Amino acid sequence: MLSGCASGSTTPAKTGDAKAIISTNGSEPQNPLITTNTTETGGGKIMTSIYAGLVSYDAKGEGKNEVAKSISADDAQHWTITLNTGWKFTNGEAVTSKSFVDAWNYGAKFSNTQSASYFFDDIEGFSYDADTELTGLKVVDDTTFTVTLASPEADWPLRLGYTAFMPLPSVAYADMAAFGENPIGDGPYMLAKTGAWEHNVKIDLITNPEYKGLRTPANGGLSIVFYSSTDAAYADVQGGNLDVLDAVPDSAFATYQTDFPERFVNQPAAIFQAFNMPYYLEHWSGEEGKLRRAAISMAIDRKEITDVIFQGTRTPATDFTSPVIAGYSDSLDGSDVLKFNKEEAVKDWAAADKISPYTGTFDIAYNADGGHAAWVDAVANSIKNTLGIDAVGKPYATFKAALADRKAHKLTGATRAGWQGDYPSMYNFLAPLYQTGAGSNYEQYSSTEFDTLLKEGSAAKSVDDATAKYVAAQEVLLKDLPTIPLWYSNVTAVWSDKVENVVFGWDSVPLYNEITKG
Amino acid sequence: MLWYTGKRLLQMIPVFFGATFLIYFMVFSLPGDPIAALFGDRQPAPGVIEQLRIQYHLDQPFIVQYLIYIGGFFHGDLGTTYSGRAVSDVMAAAFPITARLALLALFFESVAGILVGLVAGLRKGKLFDASALVVSLLLISVPTFVIGFILQYVFAVKLGWARTTVSSEAPLSELVLPAIVLASVSFAYIVRLTRASVSENLGADFVRTATAKGLSRRRVVTVHVLRNSLVPVVTFLGVDLGSLMVGAIVTEGIFNINGVGGTVYKAIKLGEGPTVVSFIAVMVVIFVLANLLVDLLYAALDPRIRYAK
Repeated sequence: MLSGCASGSTTPAKTGDAKAIISTNGSEPQNPLITTNTTETGGGKIMTSIYAGLVSYDAKGEGKNEVAKSISADDAQHWTITLNTGWKFTNGEAVTSKSFVDAWNYGAKFSNTQSASYFFDDIEGFSYDADTELTGLKVVDDTTFTVTLASPEADWPLRLGYTAFMPLPSVAYADMAAFGENPIGDGPYMLAKTGAWEHNVKIDLITNPEYKGLRTPANGGLSIVFYSSTDAAYADVQGGNLDVLDAVPDSAFATYQTDFPERFVNQPAAIFQAFNMPYYLEHWSGEEGKLRRAAISMAIDRKEITDVIFQGTRTPATDFTSPVIAGYSDSLDGSDVLKFNKEEAVKDWAAADKISPYTGTFDIAYNADGGHAAWVDAVANSIKNTLGIDAVGKPYATFKAALADRKAHKLTGATRAGWQGDYPSMYNFLAPLYQTGAGSNYEQYSSTEFDTLLKEGSAAKSVDDATAKYVAAQEVLLKDLPTIPLWYSNVTAVWSDKVENVVFGWDSVPLYNEITKG
Repeated sequence: MLWYTGKRLLQMIPVFFGATFLIYFMVFSLPGDPIAALFGDRQPAPGVIEQLRIQYHLDQPFIVQYLIYIGGFFHGDLGTTYSGRAVSDVMAAAFPITARLALLALFFESVAGILVGLVAGLRKGKLFDASALVVSLLLISVPTFVIGFILQYVFAVKLGWARTTVSSEAPLSELVLPAIVLASVSFAYIVRLTRASVSENLGADFVRTATAKGLSRRRVVTVHVLRNSLVPVVTFLGVDLGSLMVGAIVTEGIFNINGVGGTVYKAIKLGEGPTVVSFIAVMVVIFVLANLLVDLLYAALDPRIRYAK
């Protein structure tokens, strides 16, 4: 096999064996590996390795043109995309405008039931309940196509590095399910052989010799091993059977830094954790609701809980996005409400009681199969001790059962809520969760001020203008507190002494191509 | 004997229908929408969920869903998982490895358990007996995952004698450690059962007669004492084979084995009716067959037991 020496790189050669296979942890993809039907992390980390899209993200989450030569628009609504020439899928087919346009049309089509279909909903022609063509997509020639959005969006190109926007070769459409078993991409890696995906066991990837993008691998391939428990994976890194583990189990939070001195990382990831109080419940809407929400928020000692329960593997929240997202701020106006403040909390709660006295318990619903019990109990205790009300956790046996009650508006109190960014943009952390009527806005928050700012943000002509609007929108959220921000999950990872150059991307997945071994 | 076996096998038919019906109903009754839950916090467009529900017949009433499953069953189609894989493929991947693990565990626990139990029973009250009792008590009282993690840490991580987890090829050598963990609790029970049974039989009339006839001690112990003492042990082993097949969730998790226990656990959490029922149906058959085998073994072990027509 050709090694990467011909790539013409001028940077000093990274040490390590160019043929070494890096083993790392993963989980069985939920679906056949189809670009527009992979919205979970297990499949996601495979897809970003075997596909290259118009844009790819660097470690900081900044989008860099990869297959795209340029992405431009004068009005943030009519985009023209030109492609670099010479890109090929691993079956030899050239990556052209059609590879993108057909793939997006496939993903958006109603009857194809793709889980990522909503990512195309701002392209002209999209429909949520009928098979329509994305009329906003036009192929100009092999290397140029245009995209017309329903309304202007300045940060639209930022999402183009997400899996749903990858190109597909024409062979895919004959039998998409079969294609998903042995996907063919244009990324830095490719499947080691037909059937390289052993279900529930692992998937083997090798470097794609034709790849010449921004992420040229410094190793020979990846073996992504699927674990049902991260405890087993941790034992495997200790036992030398696994090179990189990107999710240290709870049981090792106290010891991972001494088990792997100098070979660990613990930094915030694009995962936001919170809990919501439904607006359909008595006491939680209107002026009274605002006071109670602020009181609850200030009654939680986030720092202590992240230190004690999570041993520092969570970072207390200061906004509604994540520190790895451009535009993140730890000093938003009104962010004091996210700091522990017993005096103010008691005061606000008492003021709310004057409007309408609160009786009964305050419960926080969570799914018992997700490892949430410890922190929910700690948060409940913190609220109980500060406000003197009876606060308890309310476990549901499964995520399924908890979600059903959330969707049916049958909650009796607060509910755990979390969000992991799909692509590094503030919009992705705000719109799906808090916009009036948005898909994941189960607790029915609605604010015209917030909606307007969000709309202005996405229609802004520049990313800076957009960020300013999103910041203002978050300041509205801080006043209303439709969700009580708790903390950002960290990526807590360890690696064996056989590998070097382990750096994590914005999405808390290692930049696999940079890892060296031997 | 043949008549008896045939009758027992025929009894499997109502057991099969009853068990699958009940299990399907229980999975159906689990709260929540399994399709919506697949997507976690990030829900797709409502139309997508609706179409997938139709595709998996989840929009149908329970009895229709069950009949569709049973109808498919008789055509050799066990349905598909929510990830689009044929349930039969999932079973073909999970059962062989669990079967190997369970049989290996059964082998360890029966050989070691009977041997230790026999010696302890013969030397009742001596040091060996006392230590065997203490060790078995310890194994019974300590949860399997503790034993599993300790053995994994000591033998795999620290000493490096075994692989920490089982690789995808899963050769027998890698299954030894998980099998020992899986066998540990049953081993303790078998030691205790054998010991009690042996010490009781040592004082039995037929043993005194055999000794009085002038038979060697070896012959008395192996043919008369041990053989008669095995009846309760065999009963236990028969039931245990079933639980080893099903109940290896903890051990499978520790050693990352993609087996029956973990698959069923995941399927129950997802509310994946066809998967759960297909697996359970096979387990029911295994249980019934193991019980039949045990009943037939009784006759072989104890001449007083005969099966009439």
